[in-house]
Amino acid sequence: MLMEEFVRHSGIAAPILRGNVDTDAIIPSREMKRVSKLGLGEGLFAGWRYLTQETRNPDPQFVLNQDAYRGASILLSGPNFGCGSSREHAVWALKEFGIRAIIAPGFGSIFANNCVRNGVLALEMGDAEIKRIADWVALDAQRNRVLIDLPAQVVEAADVSFPFSVDPGAKRMLVEGLDAIALTQTRWQQISAFHEQRKQLRPWLY
Amino acid sequence: MGLSLFEKLWQEHRVERQDDATDLIYIDRVFLHERTGSIALSSLQADGRDVFYPQQVFCCMDHIVDTYPERSDETTMPSGKDFIVATRSHTRAAGITLFDLDDPRQGIVHVVSPEQGIVQPGMTLVCPDSHTCTQGALGALAWGIGSSEAEHALATKTLRVKKPRTMRVHFDGSLALGVSAKDMILHLIATHGANGGSGYAVEFTGQAVSELDMEARMTLCNMAVEFSAFTGLIAPDEKTVAFLQGRPYAPVGEAWQQAADYWRQLVSDADSIYDCELRVDCTSLEPQVTWGTSPQHATGISGAVPAPGDVDTLERAGREKALAYMDLQVGEPIAGKMLDAAFIGSCTNSRISDLRLAASVLKGRKVAPGLRAICVPGSMLVKAQAEAEGLDKVFIEAGFEWRASGCSMCFFAGGEHFGFQQRVISTTNRNFESRQGPETRTHLASPVMVAASAVRGCITDPREFL
Ligand code: SF4
Repeated sequence: MLMEEFVRHSGIAAPILRGNVDTDAIIPSREMKRVSKLGLGEGLFAGWRYLTQETRNPDPQFVLNQDAYRGASILLSGPNFGCGSSREHAVWALKEFGIRAIIAPGFGSIFANNCVRNGVLALEMGDAEIKRIADWVALDAQRNRVLIDLPAQVVEAADVSFPFSVDPGAKRMLVEGLDAIALTQTRWQQISAFHEQRKQLRPWLY
Repeated sequence: MGLSLFEKLWQEHRVERQDDATDLIYIDRVFLHERTGSIALSSLQADGRDVFYPQQVFCCMDHIVDTYPERSDETTMPSGKDFIVATRSHTRAAGITLFDLDDPRQGIVHVVSPEQGIVQPGMTLVCPDSHTCTQGALGALAWGIGSSEAEHALATKTLRVKKPRTMRVHFDGSLALGVSAKDMILHLIATHGANGGSGYAVEFTGQAVSELDMEARMTLCNMAVEFSAFTGLIAPDEKTVAFLQGRPYAPVGEAWQQAADYWRQLVSDADSIYDCELRVDCTSLEPQVTWGTSPQHATGISGAVPAPGDVDTLERAGREKALAYMDLQVGEPIAGKMLDAAFIGSCTNSRISDLRLAASVLKGRKVAPGLRAICVPGSMLVKAQAEAEGLDKVFIEAGFEWRASGCSMCFFAGGEHFGFQQRVISTTNRNFESRQGPETRTHLASPVMVAASAVRGCITDPREFL
């Protein structure tokens, strides 16, 4: 199964400028109704997006419901985005909704890994830069689009290039759209040799 | 320079270094549960991939199952049955050991694994569940992963992992009466932030940690993920070895000797260097309770709700939202806040020692009128043990509901919940918005504080009952 590649992406950025946006908030547990990775976009941020959960009456206060940010594909947020539960549904929901990248000062580590596995970019950047980008976007979000160039490792916004660093392994997986399992299976000889060796070394485990 | 325990375990499991700072790490055991495991297994099957070594894969039914005494595959969670049925058929097809609903060993994955002796010192263990770090209490390298990574571990018995940095948190001194591992970890997170451990594998050391029994160590490691750590870890000692002896999956005979000798060597070298070291003095630590919607929003029981204050701006926004959500005023004392419900359960605090402590407070007392109180043992074996000791009667006579095992109302999955904007004191690990029900307001605390608060009907210092 090949992943969608992430190379260069230009899009509308929506701000959710608070810290510790947890995966329960991104996709509430009650929205995970099927044994499937699909059908989760509707439930994205359900607790914040809808005034009434049953009838799904949109809350006009919530950024993703506002015309200005219609079609957003990038999120701007605070520290520790995606902390909490390991549910990969959070990434599946973001992706189905159309989010390709999240820019935040830091991420929950399981969430960051889940992003890589699904072709979503979790991009780390300082608080001040994020605020600056958000302020510029807020002037006219539909026109002031944010460009992310992953190979060059820069974000372009407000006539400024903001450099960012990224783990080289994650970058390669994203840019080339690699399937981690297929990649690892090319190391099969090494793995099975290790496995046999370990049976000798720690026999009580087998 | 010596090696830390984490470094030793990492090296022992490294199959090879990838070109890019990432290592290919061998995984000894995988745990699954019906919530995320069902999806990992069905996706693996859809891609035509097999589970490489199913003898080392285990699965629990815990997240979606009901905890009513008479339960079946039908659950209060919408479409919950689909997950249960799918998990049963996928695990059977793959040859994976399943602790099913009717199994006397059924329970919450991070309770069942140590209880059965499946997690052991020195091994790597992963599970698509963030609280897998609980099992680091036994000196294993255990961490939570996503579903795709679970597929990777199942298919290849390895994971590609970026090596975390190392941190040591040294807990000095002894705990006072009424103060527990839950208070240690809440205090640590409150002091250093919910992302204080981000990017680190954290080893817990010090007198207060050595003095904890094994179950309390699990409580401590359980919330390493709420500190955003890669995992939490405690070096095995004689308590660890004694804990494992005679457990169903522990080695026996000569293999036991061999294993125990190896486990005893698993300590950090005296001259090992960590990327970060923190110290916490436990002598003056008081019982902790959270006031907000992140585990870092915790205070001592004699404290008050803090002002959003001069923390950085994004942080401040979060605190302001938390105060509004929790319906609390800046400066109001946290003790005395009126409650609607009390919950004892979850992989943090639902083991037999937790139930004994709570029961010691509840014995001969009643929960406050109108307060809903629920106790959910962490496994059916914990429940049976509690019943053998007569603890069930203590809970029931005090006015608690006495349930079968599962995650239950630790998280709201669309089924049973505490109710709109209800204020709950809970032994769980997450006080996130709507975690326990629609806009439910959760205060995290230890089992003794939850029991004491249930009796008074408001947030209460447990030391008044000891
Ligand atoms: S008890 Fe709660 S935290 Fe623990 S595994 Fe279950 S849902 Fe997760």
